Amino acid sequence: MTYPTALLVPTADSALERLLVASGCRAVVVADVDSDIPMAAAAVIDARQVGVAAATTAARHVKDAGVSVVLLVVHPFQLADLSFREEIIDDFVLHPINGDEFTARLRHRLTRAGEAAASPHVTHGQLSINTETYQATITGRALDLTYMEYELLRFLAAHPDVVFTRETLLSRVWGYEYYGGARTVDVHVRRLRAKLGEEHAGMIQTLRSVGYRFSPSGLSDSDGAS
Amino acid sequence: MSNQVNYVLRTVEERGIRFVQLWFTDVLGRHKAFHVTPAELADALDDGMTFDGSAIDGFSRAGESDVLARPDLTTFQILPFYDEREAVARVFCDITHLDGSPFEGCPRQQLRRVLTAAHQEGYTFYVAPEMEFFYFSGETGPLGQPQPIDHGSYFDLLPDDAASQLRRSTVLTLEEMGIGVEHAQHEDAPGQHEIDLRYTDALTMADTVMSVRHVVKELARRRGVTASFMPKPLADQQGSGMHTHLSLWRDDQNAFVGDGPYGLSDTARHFLAGLLHHAPAITAVTNQWVNSYKRLVPGHEAPVDVSWARHDPSAVARIPSVKGDFTESTRLEYRAPDPAANPYLAFAVMLAAGLDGVRQSRDLVAEGERVGKLPRSLADACDAMDASPLMHETLGSHLVEWFLRNKREEWSAYRREVTPFEWSRYLPLL
Repeated sequence: MTYPTALLVPTADSALERLLVASGCRAVVVADVDSDIPMAAAAVIDARQVGVAAATTAARHVKDAGVSVVLLVVHPFQLADLSFREEIIDDFVLHPINGDEFTARLRHRLTRAGEAAASPHVTHGQLSINTETYQATITGRALDLTYMEYELLRFLAAHPDVVFTRETLLSRVWGYEYYGGARTVDVHVRRLRAKLGEEHAGMIQTLRSVGYRFSPSGLSDSDGAS
Repeated sequence: MSNQVNYVLRTVEERGIRFVQLWFTDVLGRHKAFHVTPAELADALDDGMTFDGSAIDGFSRAGESDVLARPDLTTFQILPFYDEREAVARVFCDITHLDGSPFEGCPRQQLRRVLTAAHQEGYTFYVAPEMEFFYFSGETGPLGQPQPIDHGSYFDLLPDDAASQLRRSTVLTLEEMGIGVEHAQHEDAPGQHEIDLRYTDALTMADTVMSVRHVVKELARRRGVTASFMPKPLADQQGSGMHTHLSLWRDDQNAFVGDGPYGLSDTARHFLAGLLHHAPAITAVTNQWVNSYKRLVPGHEAPVDVSWARHDPSAVARIPSVKGDFTESTRLEYRAPDPAANPYLAFAVMLAAGLDGVRQSRDLVAEGERVGKLPRSLADACDAMDASPLMHETLGSHLVEWFLRNKREEWSAYRREVTPFEWSRYLPLL
């Protein structure tokens, strides 16, 4: 299945990225809107970082590149600056972000633009993740996951065949609220594999001294899961 | 983190969970729980549960007894051994004062404090315990002695008997709960089994030890078997230990790896020196019952000497061999603890002892050199703990005072007992 791509401008923010994944999107970070802009259905521009003026310029660039939905994240005190920018900015979300509101607004806009994913499900073969109800199943069996196990699985499954280092996973899945050091990732992968069960453990592959990769087929082409 | 609250509330709803058990631990490591219904859960997650701490061992404090149990949502887990139609989940709690500050009597908070101090110096502490226990038939002998359910021995592959089936289903249940089991095997004594856990950070592992004890006992009970983590249940058989593998990590690197003998770094050598230096003082915590000291006797593979070695089972610390060039697995093994210890406090004092060695750059004695002996009784262990500034500093005066008072009472009750040993030996003679 394909997911609408959403751009994150200008920086990777793990909380925003999680929200994009929760909205059924693939997240791509675009640091510089003057460079080539990837094909995408939506762009989330963080005006809290760059200010409304710079965000509007960025919005114009991504719209020109064919992105249909532009969502701004703003501080309440920036609201006044938004007037007269209605044709460029489709919607906005106020800081501090309410996750449910964010996903609802983005999905609503994507649906209007005819770009929404069919359902809030991430499905790969026997694995299905419902990002709305936070439930994951494998061959129809519900997985009893802790929150971080769920977040890790959802993140990996949203980026099939992409290799992530432990550090990347820590910063993008855990944010900065982790306790156990970088080995935390190994521990969680080990647990996820145990919960997926022996036949499906290969969906999460270890690339020795590199990191981890989600493989929908569960078949490894290098030294795989152990 | 509100996503986490959503995750928990939504999962409770979707999976039809009937009760959520809020788990916590008293000072002696006994498992306590509140049971809340889904309707009460949201409030419990937001505000915690207030309760009267004076009812819990080690929690009481003059003038102030109400404390708060605050769920640690990262530990929310459905318990796979309940019927799916009556699903039950658990979440570990930290105990705080009503104002939210950590409560001194909460072992989980004490461990957190020691881990945070280590973290500030750049260290993460990983542990992997080997938990031994017995399966008993539930019937007892004329003097109350337990009866093992099998007559196997170390690594025996027995025909598929009840005990092996039980151990296997226990391991599978633990795996379903996300608890990594390195391996499980029959141990030396009849009815004795061992489950070796795969390393995690010390806080997660202390939670895990609580879960393992609960699951082992609960699954046994359901099959009419009694499981026990008692350190020395049978006089003429090996006791149950909890050998604990320790490693210290810094910046994603194992800080114990180095160019010294056995591939150890200076950090590892100082850590080991600290562990040996404080071994007598931490024994009251790692071996907290009268019965613990019946395991710590010569023979039966239990440690008695404060020394280190590669292989000698009577040494309290061991340096396990590293397989091939897998230096990441470099670690120390501390052999004194037993599985009836409070895991939070046991891991806290092992780390504190080792870190003190690192901070003071303590010199390590030669392999096999004996620097002392472990305490021979709970009374000796209490005295060693009381005399140790490190123990008071690590665990705080509230906890140490309560612990010593409780343990000295236990010893004095034991001292008054007249035992079968005395009847059989003295009655015919005296």
